Amino acid sequence: MSEPEKGMHQIDARRLLCPLPVIRTQNAVRKLQKGDELLVIATDPGVMQDIPAWCRVHGHQVVSAEKYELEFHIRVLVGE
Amino acid sequence: MPVLFSSCVPFMSVAPIKRRALALLSGGLDSLLAVRVVQEQGIEVEGINFYTGFCVEGHTHAIRKQDESKQKRNNALWSAETLGIRLNIEDISEEYKDVVLNPKHGYGANLNPCLDCKIYMVNKAMAFVNRARAFADANGFDFLITGEVIGQRPKSQRAITMPIIARESGADDRLLRPLCAKRLAPTLPEREGWVDREKLYAFHGRSRQPQIALARQFGFADWAQPAGGCCFLTDESYSRKLADMWKARGERRYELDDIMLLKVGRHVRPAPHYKLIVGREEGENNWLEGYRHEFDCIRVLSHNGPLTLVDGQPDEDDLLQAARIAGRFSQGRDAEEIEAEIIRKGGVSTRVKVMPMRANEMPKDWYV
Repeated sequence: MSEPEKGMHQIDARRLLCPLPVIRTQNAVRKLQKGDELLVIATDPGVMQDIPAWCRVHGHQVVSAEKYELEFHIRVLVGE
Repeated sequence: MPVLFSSCVPFMSVAPIKRRALALLSGGLDSLLAVRVVQEQGIEVEGINFYTGFCVEGHTHAIRKQDESKQKRNNALWSAETLGIRLNIEDISEEYKDVVLNPKHGYGANLNPCLDCKIYMVNKAMAFVNRARAFADANGFDFLITGEVIGQRPKSQRAITMPIIARESGADDRLLRPLCAKRLAPTLPEREGWVDREKLYAFHGRSRQPQIALARQFGFADWAQPAGGCCFLTDESYSRKLADMWKARGERRYELDDIMLLKVGRHVRPAPHYKLIVGREEGENNWLEGYRHEFDCIRVLSHNGPLTLVDGQPDEDDLLQAARIAGRFSQGRDAEEIEAEIIRKGGVSTRVKVMPMRANEMPKDWYV
């Protein structure tokens, strides 16, 4: 199971439905710097498509995307 | 005194200004095409999408286990990626309440305030444009575009409403509708030559054929379902549930969780003072689990069955009846007796054995 590492930023998007997890991710990334990492925890299975799509559009990278029981954990590496 | 012109002053050539447009990108075919039409003329475009809380966008597919294999993409994001443009997604769900509750131009066939909604969204988008222009932002925008087509929608996309939207939103002639621009007065970007009016379109009416033909011409192999059906407020069943909720509460107000819950489950109202939200399958049950601490809830223990949330002010007799209803929707529906657990909001639970309600005991008007 993904656990936030020291220096890792995290947002809890559980119970939120699309596109709220993406909005939370977008707003969090706006405050981060290139090279920062963000862990998104969500329960909407749509995040497995939406957050990678958002990352591709905006030049960020999905480091990992995993399912743990009813949760989805996605690690985003902030780009430019 | 004669005016002297120095022949030594070099002529400075000025690079043409790169014009940028902000597009309202719903994820539908029309906004996809509107952006591409403008991109073809060398305009740089960025997208904006607004989340109101009532967006359809595959929610039920995302929740339901039976729809697990169905594609769950956010169409606005897909459109942005297909077009190669950035997309800002803004959560306006809180401020949007005033649009839903007090629409100046009224509702459509259901609780859809489409004209007020369009005005509101164009106004919000225009705020982006104006903010960027005020700061002389190099990445600012010169005008707005939408995929509106005259005659496409009965409430907001009519010849008479197009100028109302432009005026009341504050966008005025900075609002360009590429797909039907030739049926409207020329806008600022056209008059200034930022876009060539002759390369815009004159689509109108409900037919989707012109848009589909244009999509194929642009080489789009895929697109979202045709315009319309993107908002739960246009749905008769959803609007009925929303109106029922307001009536039961005695006031027109809502929170985000309220409008999310209206999208899920079977809603049954046996009495004015309480309602059941019954999960219809595993995915919905899993999703409703997230709310179990905020409601009284019922689980059928003796048979496979739904998680049932109880919304309102049920007394003990109501909860026994609710357990019988939950039994009706379980695999023990035909049994003489089911065992259920009633869990109050505070966590106190009791187990009961009841006869599941039979079909002829459930009046149709209980179903919201």
